[in-house]
Amino acid sequence: MLLIGFGNPGRRDDGLGPALAEAVEKMNLPNLTVDADYQLNVEDAAVIAEHDVVVFADADAVGPEPYSFAAVTPKATLSFSSHSVEPEAVMALAYELFKADTQGYILGIRGYEFDQFDETLTDKAAGNLAAAIEFFVNLLRKSSFSEAATGAGTAELH
Amino acid sequence: MAANGLKRIAIEPVTRVEGHGKVSILIDDEGHVQQARLHIVEFRGFERFVQGRPYWEVPVLVQRLCGICPVSHHLAAAKAMDGIVGVDQLTPTAEKMRRLMHYGQTLQSHALHFFHLVSPDLLFGFDADPAIRNVIGVAKKFPDLAVQGVMLRKYGQEVIKATAGKKIHGTGAIPGGINKNLTIEERDAFLKDMDQMMEWSKGALKIAKDYTAEHLDDLKDFGSFDSNHLSLIREDGCMDLYHGNLRAIDAEGNKIFDQVDYNNYLDYIAEEVRSWSYMKFPFIKSIGHEDGWYRVGPLARVNTAEFIDTPLADEALKEFKALTDGKPNNITMAYHWARMIEMLHATEKIQILLNDPDLQSDDLVVTGERREEAVGLIEAPRGTLFHHYKVDENDQVVMANLIVSTTNNNEPMNRAVKKVAEDYLDGQEITEGLLNHIEVAIRAYDPCLSCATHAMGRMPLVVTLKDMHGNELDRKIKD
Repeated sequence: MLLIGFGNPGRRDDGLGPALAEAVEKMNLPNLTVDADYQLNVEDAAVIAEHDVVVFADADAVGPEPYSFAAVTPKATLSFSSHSVEPEAVMALAYELFKADTQGYILGIRGYEFDQFDETLTDKAAGNLAAAIEFFVNLLRKSSFSEAATGAGTAELH
Repeated sequence: MAANGLKRIAIEPVTRVEGHGKVSILIDDEGHVQQARLHIVEFRGFERFVQGRPYWEVPVLVQRLCGICPVSHHLAAAKAMDGIVGVDQLTPTAEKMRRLMHYGQTLQSHALHFFHLVSPDLLFGFDADPAIRNVIGVAKKFPDLAVQGVMLRKYGQEVIKATAGKKIHGTGAIPGGINKNLTIEERDAFLKDMDQMMEWSKGALKIAKDYTAEHLDDLKDFGSFDSNHLSLIREDGCMDLYHGNLRAIDAEGNKIFDQVDYNNYLDYIAEEVRSWSYMKFPFIKSIGHEDGWYRVGPLARVNTAEFIDTPLADEALKEFKALTDGKPNNITMAYHWARMIEMLHATEKIQILLNDPDLQSDDLVVTGERREEAVGLIEAPRGTLFHHYKVDENDQVVMANLIVSTTNNNEPMNRAVKKVAEDYLDGQEITEGLLNHIEVAIRAYDPCLSCATHAMGRMPLVVTLKDMHGNELDRKIKD
């Protein structure tokens, strides 16, 4: 299984994804590869194709608190900039180019402050992060990804 | 508010965070374009963020500015901090490791831009259905090409990882040098795939060159205009993406200034503030803000360079220059051809460096006498990047001034958008064709949304048409 936490740790709650990746990496959990980056990008498709399951951990500006967990549906997108590739597009590339049969999920952790240069999370986001870490670890233990992918910030696995 | 009798069309990727771009077009009652503006929200607050931090943290901190080109900020800041610690000449190992990092960055950035952002436009046409005209469309119809793009990008990223360290916390370049060399194992792993990367880079250049030649009549006027061009240049006139002096030329190729020490950039470059934009408009002081604006990036660099010190890229440069009889090329869409010349150059440079035993030396850092102020410049993938700092006696940063590539290209991007709007606006409706062509023009520059955070909640492209009273007349949403 692959965990990719992405976002900018220098922009407050945008760093929720890398923060989750960093915390989980320290646990040295078996059968789990952990990666972190500022942005998703096309080369992630090649790595995703090498895994059975990928979980994208990202800050969520509008989703439910404390987090949401949903399956990723591959989708073709075209941007006016190379600065943003969505999980759906990376999954589509993995399927198309590398014939991946990887299951993709996104763990959206609710954040609140994105516009300041600061390397700290807001208190509420830090609380959501703690809940998301607990959820993710339980998820790994039970390996019940599709059942957990409700899309809502529920806590069935807590 | 729009002027009397005018309507404003706004093309706005709506995001809940700054870092997005927005296009607004002002038309009169007859539907003629009076004004077109590209609004990019420049990062704000970075100066406060870095003030008070010790200077040695800066090369790591500045990577937070951009998730796509953190390496460029890392290296520009490190070059400035070399000056702060009084170092004017790095050890051969340190400079070559930094160059390897930089060429890896150039390779991956240019590959991403060409294969995955631009190739859908070139392969399917500007007016093709967006449902097909995207990277998945390329993957379906030209799977080998799409794989090449991914693997070139991946190779560049691996070079960065081997030289800079972790993606989020790259620490390779430090004031006065570098913190690691390249192991034999790392070197051999890169060399194993080098021939393949070279072939793919040559292939990409051919696609860009052939496309430009075959569509030259259409491309000549597409978002194009005469401009000045600015870049770093080596003392002998050779392209140098890592280090050099400043050269500016006009649209005819006449030198405006040459071999200017970039520590003195403020004597030559100024920035104009305009009320409608957060992003400033740099210009060459001696010409003034009306006509002194300039382009940076691949097109500017191939225009200012007299030659390239790698054989394949130099041959490609000669072909490029032959198109305009040695005069500067001012065709906006020629950015793509120029970008692929640079990608091949970066690949050749990586190959040369990998075979250089200096990369295995342990002579990594030099020291000097502390200074209070320094400037670092680098040719980032999108263009010249300026970092300027002052540091007090307590080693804390007290001033930071950055001019990023996209800021340098601010006026040209606005002109490109206006030119396309004038040519493709039909009546008072925002057509799919107009949208497509504006996006194509913007993509040529690939503006760096440097402060863009990345979080779920991003909205699709939203287009609105408003009248002079602010009433919304039309609205289109583009996924």
